[in-house]
Amino acid sequence: MTDQFDDEEIILSELPDDELVDQMHDDLYDGLAEEITEGTQILLDRGWSAQQVLTEALVGGMAVVGIDFRDGVLFVPEVLMAANAMKAGMAKLKPLLVETGVKPAGKMVIGTVKGDIHDIGKNLVGMMMEGAGFEVIDLGINIDADTYIEAIEEHQADFLGMSALLTTTMPYMKVVIDQMKEKGIRDKYKVLVGGAPLNEEFGQAVGADAYCRDAATAVDAARELLAATG
Amino acid sequence: MKAKVLVIACGAIARELVRISKLNHWDHIKFKCLPPELHNTPDRIPGAVKDMIEQNTGEYQKIFAAYADCGTGGGLDKVLEEYGVERIPGAHCYEFYAGSDSFHELSEDEPGSFYLTDFLVRHFERLVVKGLWIDRFPQLIPGYFGNYKRLVYLAQTDSEQLQAMARQQAALLKLEYCYRLYGDEPLAHILEPALEQ
Repeated sequence: MTDQFDDEEIILSELPDDELVDQMHDDLYDGLAEEITEGTQILLDRGWSAQQVLTEALVGGMAVVGIDFRDGVLFVPEVLMAANAMKAGMAKLKPLLVETGVKPAGKMVIGTVKGDIHDIGKNLVGMMMEGAGFEVIDLGINIDADTYIEAIEEHQADFLGMSALLTTTMPYMKVVIDQMKEKGIRDKYKVLVGGAPLNEEFGQAVGADAYCRDAATAVDAARELLAATG
Repeated sequence: MKAKVLVIACGAIARELVRISKLNHWDHIKFKCLPPELHNTPDRIPGAVKDMIEQNTGEYQKIFAAYADCGTGGGLDKVLEEYGVERIPGAHCYEFYAGSDSFHELSEDEPGSFYLTDFLVRHFERLVVKGLWIDRFPQLIPGYFGNYKRLVYLAQTDSEQLQAMARQQAALLKLEYCYRLYGDEPLAHILEPALEQ
């Protein structure tokens, strides 16, 4: 009986909306990019707005992935597979979101600090921030202070996000913040920092506005900081 | 004769430690190793080292940790400080395999360097390919290694066989191959003063 049930093929297009969204959460969790692309298209064809698909089907699913990663239930390969699936869905939604001209919740410049080339965590943050309605300008890896500062000024960002995976590169975050202070622009921006070797204490020591232990926390921190500044 | 110094070591450097110890006649040292797989979950290293220290407290005149920070973000240092245990300086085991100056030169020359040692070349299939699920999902390779430019094999032994394996591993990850033979010298040099009685 169980085998019969397990082998039963699920036809996404035959599922009602609520079950389809639940199924997409499962498919995201399992990193099934093709199914996510298909599910996204079905919801759009049924008249859902791109924003609604993004929020309910994709971000909702990735939030579960984020929590289980934080709690040690999921590991990096599984999160990467889930992120690839979300990216596949986003590829369909992004042009529509741009077309509809929805004003972003805020703007973030993000990058991995100088000397560091690790970007898995940073990419996840970028994806979750986009999912939450923020505009993200991703500078990439090995970013020096001048590049960060030029970018936040040019894009008039609300947030600067810095990521580091190495204990040898994380002190560079302070170099960037100090340079912002020297230029007298520190208070114009909220600085979020994150990465595996960081902690709350380090975030405070370098003078960041928030330390984000994972991608979901980064979104929450950004929302809270925005709300606090009005 | 009862060993007077306990070295709690990462299993990834066990072979080298035993070799260096024999060469230097460090008969007063006893080695106990923790699984090298902990490197895939560095947050578990401090707890594992702490347990090992507690199990052996009072048994030795001195305990030393043959670990660098190894991705614990200072977590290992907090544990070691609590028990007055020293460790190998530096951020990574690659650093003590190459020697600090040489390693920093390599890193500055190309930040996108992915390092392998004899141990990692030998166990690449288990720790890297299977550990990161590349065997099941080769599409994950760009996500992990897309920003790396070269694979640097920091060799402890001059082995044609290991070099051939490392070359293949670089090709699998689509990275330029780079070979540096350091032998055991840098590690022995770091350990010697730390293991004095």
